[in-house]
Order: sequence, then structure tokens, then C-alpha cells
Amino acid sequence: MSAILQVQNLVKNYGDFKAVKGVSFSIEEGEIFSLLGPNGAGKTTTISILSTLYMPTSGDTTIGGHSITKDPMGVRGIIGVVPQDLALYEDLTARENLIFWGQMYNLSGKSLTTRVDEVLEQIGLTDKAKDRVKTYSGGMKRRVNIGVGLLHKPRLLFMDEPTVGIDPQSRRAILDTVKDLNNQGMTLLYTTHYMEEAEELSHRVGIIDHGEMIAIGTQKELTQQVGEAETLILHIGENDDSEALAKTLKDIQGVQQATAVDHEVSVVCDEAEDVLAAVVTKANDRGIKIRSIDIREPNLEAVFLHLTGRALRD
Amino acid sequence: MLKTFLIGIKDVRLAFRDRAALILMLAAPFVLTIGLGLVTGRFSSNTSSGISDIPVIIVNLDNDQLGNALADVFNSTDLADLLEPTTGSDSEAARKSIDEDKAAAVVIIPEGFTISIIPQQSDFANGNVVAADPVKIEVYANPSRSTGAGIVKAIVDEFLNRVEEGRISDTTSIEQLMFSGRITPQQALAAGSAASLDNQTASPASTLAVKINSSTANGDAVKFDALAYIAPAMALMFLMYTVSYGGRSILAERAQGTLPRLLVSPTNTAQILGGKVFGIFLTGTAQMLILIGASSLFFQLKWGDPLGVIVLVLAAVFGATGWGMVITAIARTSAQVANIGMSITLIFGIMGGSFINLEQMPSFVQMFSKITPNAWALDGFTTLGLGGTLTDLSAPILALVSMGSILFLVSVALFGKKNLVQK
Repeated sequence: MSAILQVQNLVKNYGDFKAVKGVSFSIEEGEIFSLLGPNGAGKTTTISILSTLYMPTSGDTTIGGHSITKDPMGVRGIIGVVPQDLALYEDLTARENLIFWGQMYNLSGKSLTTRVDEVLEQIGLTDKAKDRVKTYSGGMKRRVNIGVGLLHKPRLLFMDEPTVGIDPQSRRAILDTVKDLNNQGMTLLYTTHYMEEAEELSHRVGIIDHGEMIAIGTQKELTQQVGEAETLILHIGENDDSEALAKTLKDIQGVQQATAVDHEVSVVCDEAEDVLAAVVTKANDRGIKIRSIDIREPNLEAVFLHLTGRALRD
Repeated sequence: MLKTFLIGIKDVRLAFRDRAALILMLAAPFVLTIGLGLVTGRFSSNTSSGISDIPVIIVNLDNDQLGNALADVFNSTDLADLLEPTTGSDSEAARKSIDEDKAAAVVIIPEGFTISIIPQQSDFANGNVVAADPVKIEVYANPSRSTGAGIVKAIVDEFLNRVEEGRISDTTSIEQLMFSGRITPQQALAAGSAASLDNQTASPASTLAVKINSSTANGDAVKFDALAYIAPAMALMFLMYTVSYGGRSILAERAQGTLPRLLVSPTNTAQILGGKVFGIFLTGTAQMLILIGASSLFFQLKWGDPLGVIVLVLAAVFGATGWGMVITAIARTSAQVANIGMSITLIFGIMGGSFINLEQMPSFVQMFSKITPNAWALDGFTTLGLGGTLTDLSAPILALVSMGSILFLVSVALFGKKNLVQK
């Protein structure tokens, strides 16, 4: 496999604020690469630079041999973009939207018509193609939003958090679409703050936080960074102080990290069984009722916690 | 170029699917036109043009049959509501009054005007029955009262047309009779003088029918209709809304994410901005043509020379589009464009003469009205309503095209300093 995308020391500053701090990575042809990080980590800024929407402050990237700074039009011809927010004309029908965007990607005539029909079939909206987009459900709009990015059969597709704010059924359909596209040979750069999506979809994952790429590799390579550590997820009552509990649990021998998010406390430890009793005792001592406990094998959440001391959803 | 066209067509489609926009683009000007038409009595037996008391100075240096006839026309009772004539004897003083904005126009009938038209005894005696070229009547117009001046000029032109028609037909007939030997030169002289007098000094009533009228190409008299002023005035006012609506769509596309999406497609910034401008232009043109068509159909309104109407519409929309682009370039959000656009719509409507004829406005308003497309276009539509043609529209068309070009360059400069994708 050869690299279709090579990012070299990418920097983006907005005045004094450094949104992207020297990010470097590459994506091989045919793989799904996920950028995983919490909100505000710099994922969307990075993807906006790579898709030529913003110019980097410094650094460069080549996509299919075209530089994003020197040959942005060359880049635009081979990439597809599915933005995080819907970017459609709601007063046009799905078909009219697809035809317009296809024309913007230099499709015309019979090839445009054929391709629009194929994409409508692919996103399952052939029957609703003549309805205006504003009459669609959120999930249907998301599918049209994705369809626009597929029209010109891009070699590399950027998908920026495509499952934010949609129902589980639509989310499942989108994840299946991503896998189908990859099986057809398309390379994808997928950004998300959902660890489960990155784990399910990705050949490799880059973990980004505060504009920096803090880890990169396959899921196995990344989880090895936290050794054999396991994670206890404690679900506690709505009125209990999760922050205080997390602080207390850090004192237990064998606990590496403990963080609180909403009514959950994540505890990274060497062996779950060894610390479980002490965790429950400490909670009881503070008068906190534990409703349930999950024990998880090493995962990307634990990696992020291990690297940053914070949960992904912080 | 193709993408520019496609983006423009897409914007027209979106504009005409927006019910709220349609109400302001089409329904509002149409309803207001009906309302103002009712107020002016257009839909009743009262056929007032809505234009009245045009101050005009008559300087009759001829003091002969034709000069007096023309002066009588301006002083006739039939034109009493339309005109407010005064008589002068000094050409220079009259011109100075115009320069001081005291009247819409001065009509100077030169000395010897009658003699230059009515054949003289020596002409018939020499067999030269066609008189020398007539000396010319001067209409010294006030540029800030172009509508009133246009009406005065139309009256003079019509008078001269009648004189010229009569002169040619009479002299031709008498000449044929004389050369065929049926009448003597002395009889020809008598007949010529009588015929000339009959034609040129016909009662004011016979010429009044054309005074506030103009003629179509086939010679039919067409009355100046109040709606010929009101309908374009309303259409032009809401044209300003349409161009601001179009400008707003640029910022709306930025907010809804379609502009960034366009910018990451293989479409360059010039094509995108060009397409947006083209869309505004097409939407404005469609709006104007629909209103013109509807008023022609429902009110039997005659807008005048079709070619002139089309060219004037294109020029007016171009000038207005320039304003729409500048507003968009200045504003930061689509809500700001909407607010500024609605304000400009009303201010330009008032300053441009959509509600009150500019000639009844203070001079400083008349001066500032020149920055509005409304004033120039309305001037052009009035000219067409009075029977003018494309050749009479050079001033408004040139002004509107210049306005649009300058404002477009200004907006490009302003856009150049802004980040199109920055929210």
C-alpha cells in the first residue's frame, strides 16, 4: 500500500490561539483512518485544512500527489467531503441537490443522471428523491449529506463526525455505509469523539487533543500503551458527588487513573478484581450508592485517559 | 462560466420557492400598485396622471401666428392642471431661472419661427414653394426635473410634428396644382397662406389631445397613465429588497455550510461569487419582468417601447445588484443584510421618487436621488411612458450601468478583505 495522504507538521493559529500544533500523519490507500478526540481537540480544523477550506499557518499536506497549499484545485478533484453540519439546500429536493452538487464536481449529462440514481439507491432515498429536503427526518438529511460527498467517486473521503445528533438506527446505517465504501476500495478519514465508532471502523487511529496528535497506530498498538490495564465504570446516583469519589479512589493501590463524567466514574487499574472491593468500600464510606459496575478490557477510552488524565467526553 | 450560470439558476429557483420572499418580491409591489392606483383614481373615471403643476417658462420671440399658437397651447385650460406656465421675454433670464431650479423647462420660440415655416409670396413667385428649413424652438431643460422637462419637450415635439406634417402635405398639394397649370402662382400664394394658417393655428383643443400624450410608432395617441409611473416605482422599490435578499443568501449559505462545501469542490471563488451575483441579477430581472407582464395583463398598462423596457430593466437590475453586493460585503450576518436591505429599500424608495414625484421634493433630495437606481430607472420608465424609445434612454442607462460597475468593484474590494468562510 502507498500513502494517499501525507500530513507534514501542520500548524493553524488564530491570532494567539493555536488550534493545530504541528500535526503529522499519513493515510494508506484503502484504509479507514480515524481522528479520535474530544470536542475542541482540533479535528474539524484539521479536516478543514486538509480539504483546502482553510490555509495552514505552516506545514503542508500532499493528497494523491497534490499539495493542499500549492495545488488546492488538484486536491479538490480527488477528495470528497462530508461536513459535520448538514450542508444542503433544504428547499431543493434530494435529486435536485445531488444534481447541483454533481455539476459542481464537473459531472454532466448521462453520467450525472446515472450517478445520481446510483447514489440515491446507495443512501436508500430513491422513493423520496422528489421530496424537498426540508421535509426529511434528521437521519434522511444525514444520508443526503453523505450522498453529496460520494457523487464523484472520490479517492479519499473526509467524514467529519457524521453521526452527531442522530438516532441509533440512522447511526448504524451510516457506520454500515462507511464500511461498504471501504470494502469498495475507498479510503476514508473519519473524525469522531465516539470511541466505539473508532474501534469498530478504523484500521488505524490518531488520537488528537488540544491540537496535538498524542498517539497514532492500530487499536492494538494503542492499547498496548496502557499495558494490560482494565477499566472499571461505576454508575452512581444522580445526587452523588462523582468528582469527590474519583479523587478518593485515586488513593487505592493498583488504581492508575480515576475520572468522573456526569454520573459515572472511570477507574483505570492493573487488575479489576484486585481493586473492586476497595472501590466499593470507599464509595460506601462516602455514602455513595453504586448502581452498577462495568469492567472493560483495555480500549481507546483507557488510552485517552492514560495519555491525558481526562475522559474522552470531558 | 457554466458553473457560474448553474449557481445563478439554483439561486433563482431557491428564491422563487421562498414564500416569504415571493410575497415581498411580487405580491407587495403588485398590491401597492393597486392601492396607489386607487388613490390616484386610475381605476375610476378620473384619469389624472399624478403629475401636476409643472412650472414652465414660455419666451415667445416670434410673436407671429405659429409662436402664438404654441404659447396658447401651453396656456390652454386643458393643460391647466398639468402645467404652470409663465411668460418671459428674456431668453437669458429664463435660462437662469432654470439654472436656479425655479422651473422644469423654458421653451424659447425664436424670432422668425412662423416665417420660416409658412411659405412667402416670393417663394411661390419663384416656383420655390418649399420654405427654407425652419428655425428651431429651444427647450432648455432642468436636469433635476427630468420628468417635467420630458413632458414639456413631448408637448413641443408633438406641436412641431403637426406643423411639419401640415407643411409638407399642403405645399406638396399646392405645388402639384400650380405646376399642372390648374392654379396661377398668385392663387397658389393665397391658397398656401390660407392652408398654412388653417393647419398651424388650429384650435388648441385639436392639439391638446396630444399634449400629455405621445404617439406610438403607428401614430396612435397614447395617454400618459398614472400607473406608468406608479407600477415601475413600486417594482423598483421592491427590486431593492430582492437584491438585498440575494446578497443575504451569500451569508446564509456561509452559515448553513453550503458555501464552505462549494469552496472545497473544484469550483473557484470567482465562479462562486460570480454565480451568486448572476443569481441576484436573474432574480431581479425575473421579478421586474413578471411585474411588468402582470400589470400589462391586469391593468392594460402600456410600458412603452418593448426594447427600451427590456434594456432599462436590465440596466436597473444591474445598478441595484451593485447595491446588493455592497450591502452584503459590509454586513457580517444575513440578519444584518436583511435589516440594512429593508432600510435601503424604503430610503431609496422615498428618495428615488417611488412615493412622491421627485420634482416635488427639496433640491437636496433630488441631488441625493441620483445615487439610487430607483430615480434613474423611474426617469427612464417615465420617458418610455411618454412615448420615448431606447434612443431616449441613454442617460439613465449609462448612469445605471456605471452605478452597477462601480459598486461591483467596491464590493469585490470589500470581499477581498473578508474571509468568505469565516462565520
